[in-house]
Parts: sequence; C-alpha cells; structure tokens
Amino acid sequence: MTIQFRDETFRDDYTFRNSRWAIERFPFPFHEDSFMYSVNMEQHRGGPAGSVYEKRFDVDEHYVSEMRDRALVLAEDPLRCQSLPHMTLAGWDLLELIMVAKSEDYPDLFQLHRDGDRWRWVNRPLGIDDTFTFLDDTTLPHGPMEYITRQTQGDFCVLDQRDDNLWMDAGMVTTQADWSLDFDLGMNFFEWHAPVPKAHEMGIFQRALKFLLNIQQGAPARRLNWTMTVNPLLDTSPENYHRWGIQKTTLTPENIGRKQHLRVELQTFFRLPRSNALVFPIRCYLCSFEDLTTVSKWGRRLHRVVRDLPVELATYKGFVDNRPMMLDYLSQFDDGLPTSPGIWPDLETEPPLRMG
Amino acid sequence: MTKFDFPPSIKSRPVWGTLQARPGRHHLFVADAEGAQAILDVATPDLMAGSHIIYVPRGADHADALRALEPAQFHEGPSYAASVPRLRRALQDAKMGLQVYLAGTEGVMGQAMAEAVAAGIPHTAIQTEHRGSTARRMQCVHCKGITEDVETDPFVCAHCGLNLFVRDHYSRRLAAYQGVRVDAEDHGNVPEPRGIYE
Ligand code: HEM
Repeated sequence: MTIQFRDETFRDDYTFRNSRWAIERFPFPFHEDSFMYSVNMEQHRGGPAGSVYEKRFDVDEHYVSEMRDRALVLAEDPLRCQSLPHMTLAGWDLLELIMVAKSEDYPDLFQLHRDGDRWRWVNRPLGIDDTFTFLDDTTLPHGPMEYITRQTQGDFCVLDQRDDNLWMDAGMVTTQADWSLDFDLGMNFFEWHAPVPKAHEMGIFQRALKFLLNIQQGAPARRLNWTMTVNPLLDTSPENYHRWGIQKTTLTPENIGRKQHLRVELQTFFRLPRSNALVFPIRCYLCSFEDLTTVSKWGRRLHRVVRDLPVELATYKGFVDNRPMMLDYLSQFDDGLPTSPGIWPDLETEPPLRMG
Repeated sequence: MTKFDFPPSIKSRPVWGTLQARPGRHHLFVADAEGAQAILDVATPDLMAGSHIIYVPRGADHADALRALEPAQFHEGPSYAASVPRLRRALQDAKMGLQVYLAGTEGVMGQAMAEAVAAGIPHTAIQTEHRGSTARRMQCVHCKGITEDVETDPFVCAHCGLNLFVRDHYSRRLAAYQGVRVDAEDHGNVPEPRGIYE
C-alpha cells in the first residue's frame, strides 16, 4: 500500500493521531493478561504482512512528522546525538544497513545507487537526493550515524563490544522513555540498566547480555518494551522533564481516553559488519487508550495488566499516581471474558465487548 | 579515622576500595583533604622513591605529613581545577606500568579517574579509597551544570537554580551523579533538604 504521511505534531498542540490502519497494526506488548520482566527476545525475521515486524526498519504514516520533531529536538539540544571518536566506522556500517534495507523494503520511497564508493541516496518522503563517497566523512553534511538517523524513525544506540560487555559509545536519542544519552554515554550494559528495578536480581540482564554478545551479522533479534505517556509527546527526556513532568497531572476522567497513551518500543538488535558493533534501534509507537480499547481483546487485557502490575514497575514507569484513574477508565472495557493468547488483535475471532 | 560505609546501591554507582601498594617503579597519587590519610597508610620509603603526589588540602592540614614521606615529586595545589594541567602532564608522561592511586572525596577521585581513563588507563586498573566528606558532585540533567560538594537532598542547582533530587545513577565519563528536578510534577512543592545518607 502507499503510505499517506500525516502532517502532525508531538508537542504543544499535539495533533498526532493514529489512522485505523495504524491502530490495528499497533505493537500491543502484552501476550497474556499480566506482565513481568523477562528475557523476551526472538529472531527479527519479518512477521505478518502489514505488521510492524514485517520490514527491517518499519516506516509508517508518522515518518515525516517524526523526522521534523527530531530536527526540532536536535536544534534545541545537539547533545542528543553523540558519537565517541572510535565509533565513526560503526556509523558508516549503520548508514549502509539502513540504506540497503530501506531501498530493498520500500523501493518506491527510497533508492540507493552504488557505483563503487560513489553512492547516491534518494529519500522521496523527505525530498533528499544526495551523492557522497562511502566511508568519507567529508562528503556528508553530518557524521554518518547522524545523517541516516535524522532520516529514520526511532532512537539508535550504537554499542561497542569489548571485554565481554557492550558499551554505549554512540547514539541518536530524541524519543526516549526518560533516560539521557549524554549521561549514559560510555557506560556498559549493567551500568546504563542500573536504575531498572527487579530485573538485575532476576538475572535478566546477565542472560540478555549473553544473548546480545552472540548476535551474528544477518541474524537480527527483537523485543518489545513499554511505558505510559500523557499526551503524544515523543521527547520524554530527562533533559526536558522539568517542563513536561507537570503534564502528568493534567489527566481527568473526561480527557484520559484521549490524553493517556500506551508507549511501546520495538527494539531490534543488528550486528554491524566492519566495526563488529551492535546497533540497537528503539522504535517508539504511541496509541491513546481511546483508540486501543476499540480492539476488544486489547481493552480487556490492558485493564488486567495495569491493575496487576507490581507497584515497583508502575513507579519506575512513572504512572503510579495516575493508576487509579487509569483503572476507573479501563474497567469499562473489561467484561471479564477470557482473551486469546498472543499480542495480535484477533479482530475476527475475539467477541465484542459485552456492555454491562 | 573510621571510614564511611556506603549503603548498597545500584550498579552504576562506584564502589571505592582500599589503597594497596602495587609493584612497579612509577606511582601517581592524587588526593584531596582527608585522602592524605590513605596515602600515609600505604607509604613506605621504597614506594615513595618512585611516587609523584598531587595533593589538594581543601582546608585539611596533612600537606606537611605527606611532604615528610619524601616522595620523588610532591605538589600541593590550591584547588583540584588548578592541579589538572599538572595531572594531565603526569599522565601524558606515564610510563608503561604506571600505578594510579586516588584518595579522598568522590568528586576529586571521579574527576581524576576520568583524566586517567582519557589518558588510556582502564578504570579497572585504578585504585581508589574514599576518605572524608561524603558530599557528591552532581550534574543537573536539565542545564548540564555541575554543582560540587552537594551534601543534601534535594539541593539547588548552582547554575539554573532548580531544586534537584540526588540520584544514585552515576556517570564515570562526567564524574558526577545525576540531579533531576524534584518538583517537576508539583511545582513549588520542594521537600525539606536532608543529609544524603540520613
Ligand atoms: C544493547 C541494547 C540495549 C540498550 C542500549 C538498552 C538501554 C536501556 C536503557 C537506556 C534503559 C533505561 C534505563 C533507565 O531507567 O535509565 C533500559 C531499560 C530497560 N531495559 Fe534495556 N537496553 C538494551 C537491551 C535490553 C535487553 C536485551 C533487555 C532484555 C531483557 C533489556 C531490558 C530492559 C528493561 C526490562 C528495562 C526497563 C524498562 C521499563 O520497565 O520501562 N534491555 N534499557
């Protein structure tokens, strides 16, 4: 299908909306009626046609507006994109990975013409047509990682692998769930995960790291992660938390359906060929409670997950104060019927809500 | 003098050790204030014969005791910042196998460690020992300004004036803990400051 790119904002007047198409392909992160941290990783080898898993780098109706939002964040705070000096080669690896994948997966939107080291990159949605020399930094307007990630939805962490650990030595981070690249730059896997409750004690990070260290080129992996955001604000950064934190207190029983968003990250992991670095794209999808609950299975399940989530997780994810209001709202969509296993909406087979 | 027992914390928070003389011909010590005591505890004439000590008293009076150890080189700096060019020079001259020892406050150890790491010494090869004040060096995550010697939680950012709470999340690269606006979700509601470890 051809994508109709929306002209919308993720700040101030918040004109972001999801089409019916985007709602039904939303990566709902709960495969059962409860949630706890786990080593939830699987191979990233496509998925159902039209789903966010199908392509290596999903492009959707929010693409053009998300890239405009990223440019605004970077203009205000260039430290959201940083790369330690030894990471430039990994940046080229990433540029190649994305250009090749996007031009193969979306040939009507992106084209890559390669003649030896002379590369021509055409990005139709953003109106870009650039020719440059591969591996020559002076031929691009930004460093290679910044250049390509200004044109790709989602945040990117580029991890150097050494001493049996991963090191956050480069990144483009403007749509983060409240963590700071500038602060975490140079940390290892256990250090940047330090603030997460419970998962260290559960052994999750040890096992996850072992898995990641062994990811091979051409065999990417993925997982989903989630949190809650009031208003469709992409830039929930600690840097700007002194400005946006107060928005959490603007929820009312009348506006919560429109304002409260489930924020889901599709996280993927790719080994890079020349640098042996690992790239970790973190793609953020937002969906309002009002839209989510139009899918009867998701409405039932979201209520149960939010209700039963351990308080440490609700606190860490920053919605413990709003949880009672969320539950008041969500309980209308839970008629007690069982739900089918798995994350998919199952629109054909799940019964509609029994109003009661 | 008894050493402060830091409570258990998260994995980004540094864990300080106890200095031990290591074999080698070249030794670099950086210490502030009560950190001098940790050097006095490990010093031997042999060790001192190959040692360069950079000491910032910050009101403490241990300089003469350190001088009396007769290290190969001794420098008393009026502040840590003033000592940095000399520290960089010493690290630049570093011979293979240079042993680095840091002692004193977290702020000075953290900054000197960042210099040593920048000079190519792995952080795991650097010895540390905390002595004296438990004040923290804090980065304001909002304005990026550093406030030195923070003893209370919350505290006022010395740069932008926001009231910040003190996290345990620590960056070795910045040699600082993270400070985050405490009243972001309820403007003006700032709790009474208390000692960080109270
Ligand atoms: C190498 C790639 C990865 C990077 C760069 C990364 C980065 C991060 C960061 C920056 C945070 C926020 C921590 C904070 O509060 O400051 C986080 C949270 C978390 N990470 Fe990772 N992570 C990676 C891989 C993984 C993997 C493979 C797992 C597998 C289990 C995982 C599990 C988690 C969990 C459970 C949280 C808490 C999220 C929440 O409850 O909202 N991470 N990660």
